[in-house]
Amino acid sequence: MFERLSDKLAQVFKKLKGRGKLTEADVTAALREVRLALLEGDVNYKVTKSFVEQIRERAVGEEVMRSLTPAQQVIKIVHEELTALLGGESPKLDLAGRPPVALMLVGLQGSGKTTTAGKLARRLKSQGRQPYLAPADVQRPAAIEQLKRLAQELEVGVHPTRPEQNPVAIAHDAMEAAYTAGYDVVILDTAGRLHIDAPLMDELKAIRREVEPNEILLVADAMTGQDAVQVAQRFHDMLKLTGVILTKMEGDARGGAALSMRAVIGQPIKFLGVGEKLDALEVFHPDRLASRILGMGDMLSLIEKAQETFDQDQAKDLERKIREESFSLADFRDHLRQLKKMGSLEQLLGMIPGLGKIKALKTAKPDDRELKKMEAIIDSMTPGERAHYQIINGSRRRRIAKGSGTTVEEVNRLLKNFAATQKMMKQMTRGMKKGRMPFPGGMF
Amino acid sequence: MGWFRRKPKDHEGPPQDAAPVAEGQAPAEPEAPADAAAPPEPVTAEETQAAPEEDEILLEDLAEPEELRKGLFRRLRERLGRTRQALAGGLSRLFSGRRAVDDELLDELEELLITADLGVDTTMGLMATLRERVRRRELGDMDRLKAVLHEEMVRLLSAPPPPARDASPWVVLLVGVNGVGKTTTIAKLAHRERRAGREPLLVAADTFRAAAAEQLEIWGGRVGAQVVRQQHGADPAAVVFDGLSAALARQADTVFIDTAGRLHTKVNLMEELKKIHRTAAKKLPGAPHEVLLILDATTGQNALSQARLFQEAVGVTGIILTKLDGTAKGGMALAVAHETGLPLRYLGVGETLEDLRPFDAQAFVAAILGEEEPPEG
Repeated sequence: MFERLSDKLAQVFKKLKGRGKLTEADVTAALREVRLALLEGDVNYKVTKSFVEQIRERAVGEEVMRSLTPAQQVIKIVHEELTALLGGESPKLDLAGRPPVALMLVGLQGSGKTTTAGKLARRLKSQGRQPYLAPADVQRPAAIEQLKRLAQELEVGVHPTRPEQNPVAIAHDAMEAAYTAGYDVVILDTAGRLHIDAPLMDELKAIRREVEPNEILLVADAMTGQDAVQVAQRFHDMLKLTGVILTKMEGDARGGAALSMRAVIGQPIKFLGVGEKLDALEVFHPDRLASRILGMGDMLSLIEKAQETFDQDQAKDLERKIREESFSLADFRDHLRQLKKMGSLEQLLGMIPGLGKIKALKTAKPDDRELKKMEAIIDSMTPGERAHYQIINGSRRRRIAKGSGTTVEEVNRLLKNFAATQKMMKQMTRGMKKGRMPFPGGMF
Repeated sequence: MGWFRRKPKDHEGPPQDAAPVAEGQAPAEPEAPADAAAPPEPVTAEETQAAPEEDEILLEDLAEPEELRKGLFRRLRERLGRTRQALAGGLSRLFSGRRAVDDELLDELEELLITADLGVDTTMGLMATLRERVRRRELGDMDRLKAVLHEEMVRLLSAPPPPARDASPWVVLLVGVNGVGKTTTIAKLAHRERRAGREPLLVAADTFRAAAAEQLEIWGGRVGAQVVRQQHGADPAAVVFDGLSAALARQADTVFIDTAGRLHTKVNLMEELKKIHRTAAKKLPGAPHEVLLILDATTGQNALSQARLFQEAVGVTGIILTKLDGTAKGGMALAVAHETGLPLRYLGVGETLEDLRPFDAQAFVAAILGEEEPPEG
């Protein structure tokens, strides 16, 4: 996400970095690039204009001209202003009050409300809450069914909405049912609607009056263009939004909508939807996103994610094995499984600074299926083969290929890679004696 | 069982000893009166049957095509009008009270084009042309400037005509990112086919999104089209194979394949789409005869990336632009058409089955620029 905007600004600053001092003309040139990059990134025209003016005010001042490293200074200013525009800290959901409290999801058609409702339920459940999903979308055929299925998958409660019911009545019933059954958060999934559709907007107002939700969240597509401003403004005027959830962030949308909406309604962006799976919901960090926009990558998210997934003991075990040069194919498989737990590789790659700039990597995105294949190949080996890969001869290779549904070439490739990895590890351990294990993903 | 502990004492919650019953099954079966005995599965069947009744208005509409057709253009105009007002409001403001074409005017025009999502490149391209002709003193007055802008925008939209229908069944594959309105658009397309006296068949190859096949089935019921589906999670290519077999057996005229929404950057999912494409060709040489990419008019410049990558993967043959009934200006359609050379085929202008309109470049540009009403037809 945001890679292209990062790329563009990186280009701008490369020009700046090449010089010792900045002239006023340099600043103007840089700001022109910043402006174009933001516009290309779907940041609203007016938002862009005011943002660039803010930067200019600070940049053309003495701060930049007299500082020793003007380029650094400009980057810092842009970063700070961008962070400020995206909103201060990362805010939490407001769940205070007598349970059940209600969260209401609103938005245009196709923005991802139903999926997001499922993701929020999953998140709340994992935090020890008792979420109750309330499908109030009686417009889109089978929308209710979709949410019921998600609830089933997540093993959370779901309101038995019938499509002929009135959404306001559904909301009322759902709150009562949640209260009776002891659920503490009701997630209300409303029908997608146009922000200019007066009757449907009035319906949302009526639902709001009925349930008095703690949060009214606008679910918006990260790919939204200039129109983001109008949509956010209308929904905010009608409903007093408390926040925004930006979906489909895992694509290559430049996501300027985030900046636009934030600037227009003044409410925080609370979550990012980053995939189709129900766990693909991230807390929004303005500073990280600003860093990312500037091409500094998002190392914090990556480290956090790694810490979450990697079992410390296992990591120590792995380190010991590498030191003792007893790293086998079985360990390799454990390692693969841990990597898989961390989520899709594409997503991970996006977080690593600098990778956004490397063109080749963009086209050569690793395939999660490759990991699966590698795992299948190792699964098809005998324990003896896993411990000593050298014993795997031609006939064993054929058997393994057959067993894992792959080809002998693929088995060969894996063995070759593994041998190379082992060799590299040996060199590493000899090089550092009692060093620390490098980052576990390092071998890829 | 967190809420048992947190539960305020003054609420009559389930008794404490209810906890073991709920264990493992997570938040307990809500003891809501309405639910009680209804397991989730039967609800599906009821819903599927009940849903078509919701749309009585639509069914009535179907009975009176003539009357409706008359209203159709008015409706489109009214809907596109919102688009038009948004941009044209600016344009007419821009052009009124000015006599000369000057730099200030050109700058404001540039702003307007960008705000309409035409994108930086397309806008700069158009503006460069205009500026050059102003410099050569060819565009002294407003009317001339407007006419040239119109002409240039139409030129960006020029594309080869759609392929002639020379096979039966005629197979159309619909692709796009999540949430652009593929399923709804298929219903509208199928409705058009029925109107033209042809027999459409819908293939539910979105086996990923929960209840996607149900959604298509409900639409199929409403427009009177057969639907071929399998269970959730089935291999979409297999569903397509089945669907084409059924189409041949039942002598359907047109097949619409509904695929799962996918982000164009997801390698695996694009591979899956290629497989669907290959499978169709294997079952029926020449199929799919058309691959239509659905773009959401609210989408910004990412539409370009979508068009490029889908085109690369499955050879898109045309574009349908949906959700033009909002305030989005759909300007990126120009950029996409210009860059990919793909023709725009239809515009989605509303939620009912009638709200799909064949694309007409002259009318589209005229509507965007807020010019005189385009000729009827």
